[in-house]
Amino acid sequence: MLRSLNINPDKCTGCLQCEMACSFENEGVFNPAKSRIKIFTFHDEGRFVPYTCTQCDEAWCLHACPVEAIKMNKETGAMEVLDAVCVGCKVCTIACPFGTVNYNQTTGKVIKCDLCGGDPQCAAACPTEAITYVDADATGLEKMRAWASKTDNQAHAN
Amino acid sequence: MTYVVVGTGPAGVVAAETLCQIDPANQVMLVGDEPEPPYSRMAIPYLLIKNIDEQGTYLRKDPEHFGNSIKHLYGIAQSVDAESKILHLADGQRMNYKALLVATGSKPILPPVPGIDGERVTTCWTLEDARKITATLSPGASVLLIGAGFIGCIILEALVSSGANLTVVEMGDRMVPRMLNQTSGELLKQWCEEKGVNVMTSAQVESIEHHPDKSIVNISDNRQVEAELVISAAGVRSNADFLDGTGVELKNGAVAVDRHMCSSIPGIYAAGDAACGLDFSTGDYSVQAVQPTAVEHGRIAAANMVKHGSVLHQGCINMNVLDTIGLISVSYGNWQGVAGGDHTSLLDRDRFRYINLQFSEDTLIGANTLGMTQHVGILRGLIQGQFKLGKWKQRLVDNPLLIMEAYLAATQGA
Ligand SMILES: Cc1cc2nc3c(=O)[nH]c(=O)nc-3n(C[C@H](O)[C@H](O)[C@H](O)COP(=O)(O)OP(=O)(O)OC[C@H]3O[C@@H](n4cnc5c(N)ncnc54)[C@H](O)[C@@H]3O)c2cc1C
Ligand code: SF4
Repeated sequence: MLRSLNINPDKCTGCLQCEMACSFENEGVFNPAKSRIKIFTFHDEGRFVPYTCTQCDEAWCLHACPVEAIKMNKETGAMEVLDAVCVGCKVCTIACPFGTVNYNQTTGKVIKCDLCGGDPQCAAACPTEAITYVDADATGLEKMRAWASKTDNQAHAN
Repeated sequence: MTYVVVGTGPAGVVAAETLCQIDPANQVMLVGDEPEPPYSRMAIPYLLIKNIDEQGTYLRKDPEHFGNSIKHLYGIAQSVDAESKILHLADGQRMNYKALLVATGSKPILPPVPGIDGERVTTCWTLEDARKITATLSPGASVLLIGAGFIGCIILEALVSSGANLTVVEMGDRMVPRMLNQTSGELLKQWCEEKGVNVMTSAQVESIEHHPDKSIVNISDNRQVEAELVISAAGVRSNADFLDGTGVELKNGAVAVDRHMCSSIPGIYAAGDAACGLDFSTGDYSVQAVQPTAVEHGRIAAANMVKHGSVLHQGCINMNVLDTIGLISVSYGNWQGVAGGDHTSLLDRDRFRYINLQFSEDTLIGANTLGMTQHVGILRGLIQGQFKLGKWKQRLVDNPLLIMEAYLAATQGA
């Protein structure tokens, strides 16, 4: 059974533990600026919204890549960037309509959430269960997929 | 019965794979006129700077990928007999097809100036071109680049990092005039100049004189530049000549396709740089000549080749990303804006940071950015989702950097 990140913004307190855990796991530093999951703050509404890649079915990034540098990990369902193959052309960063593939100018490659190979550190670090790693057919994912379909360029005729 | 796909670029390869996936019972023939495994032109700049080898440019890395279900063969499409559904190759081979895909891409146009056919002049379009450029390029070599359009600017980066002493001649009044607005195009020029590139805008190459050891390029306003290598990147033209006599309608020199990627002749489809397809933003048909569009066309064309009418194209958003000696620029959709629309921008000239957003009422329709690398794709999400921004429109006008927040508000009611 594939699992996916389930995000419940109502539970998020904006503590940024997830960003710290992500940047440490993937970049070896505690630096929220290097995190693949981001907390967006809505001051007026007093709300925090964690946001990262949903590993969407459309996989815009994977299809747009000219050199096959993004592959699906069959075990986790995550789209993973193969650093050795990526040329840093950034086409995936503009093709992803969720804005979840980002260019890292220091390495000349792109980075995106890869579910930490099946043990996402953001979920592990979140003290309030705003981020959980659950069966893929849990409700939250369906909601995310619905947003994805709003951006689907290949609406089927009739 | 067989599907025949002509052209082994991204449009052709993705179409062939999609055909194979949704109709595995039928054979797919992938015909191309380049003596290479299918590769990506986009990767050429990274080959020039030796970040990758030739294999790194291949669209598919597994040598077995084009095996049985997709048969890749070398051949030059010469003509089509649309009535009997036969493709004729230059070597005399005939191929019967159930449906034909024209994914022949485009090729560079050389400006018609004296000396353009000289030995030291090349395009930068194919692996063969790349080999020629690599052989000449050495640190300190003087190189003249004709054209600072999208392709010109992509190559520019590679030329500079190879240590070339570079001059760029562009007809337009700024760099990448068909992708960047005045402010960002001018800033990009300033950036290049600060990095030591000699950029001439509103300028034209008038002739090229070839001497044994070097060439002299004569440029408007009596300017002269010496060059060991001249690279021409002055526009492209779709490859559709082999369709002469078929009755296939052309538009802007490319195959005019409908929303099923079908040409005016049933059974003949087109995709990628060879197709004049629907533009999401303008509602008009145009040749976008970019990789993401080629891929999308390929997928949609294939679905309709299997079952005509099965997938309706919603139009591609024209999108470009460019890295010019470290300055990253992006354009989306109607970045020029539309009549009756309005816009907002934020400029930090000293840090070469810029964002310009274009609206129609309260939806985002286009954007230009400079120096932005985080969450930039959300601009596509906002444009293609046609989200009504409501109060977030004003918030964006006040601070255009809040695009992620605006997206979350529109999609999650955050
Ligand atoms: C140096 C360079 C950098 C680029 N960088 C970018 C970038 O960063 N981002 C981006 O979006 N786009 C970029 N592009 C553009 C992008 O590569 C093209 O839009 C894309 O390749 C189009 O794909 P296609 O499949 O339609 O055509 P192509 O990739 O051109 O493939 C068409 C194939 O068909 C073959 N063919 C033509 N005529 C015949 C015939 N009669 N018979 C048989 N075969 C034939 C051609 O030789 C070619 O192999 C770049 C292009 C170049 C040259
Ligand atoms: S930046 Fe890397 S992963 Fe993204 S499209 Fe280019 S080569 Fe592929």
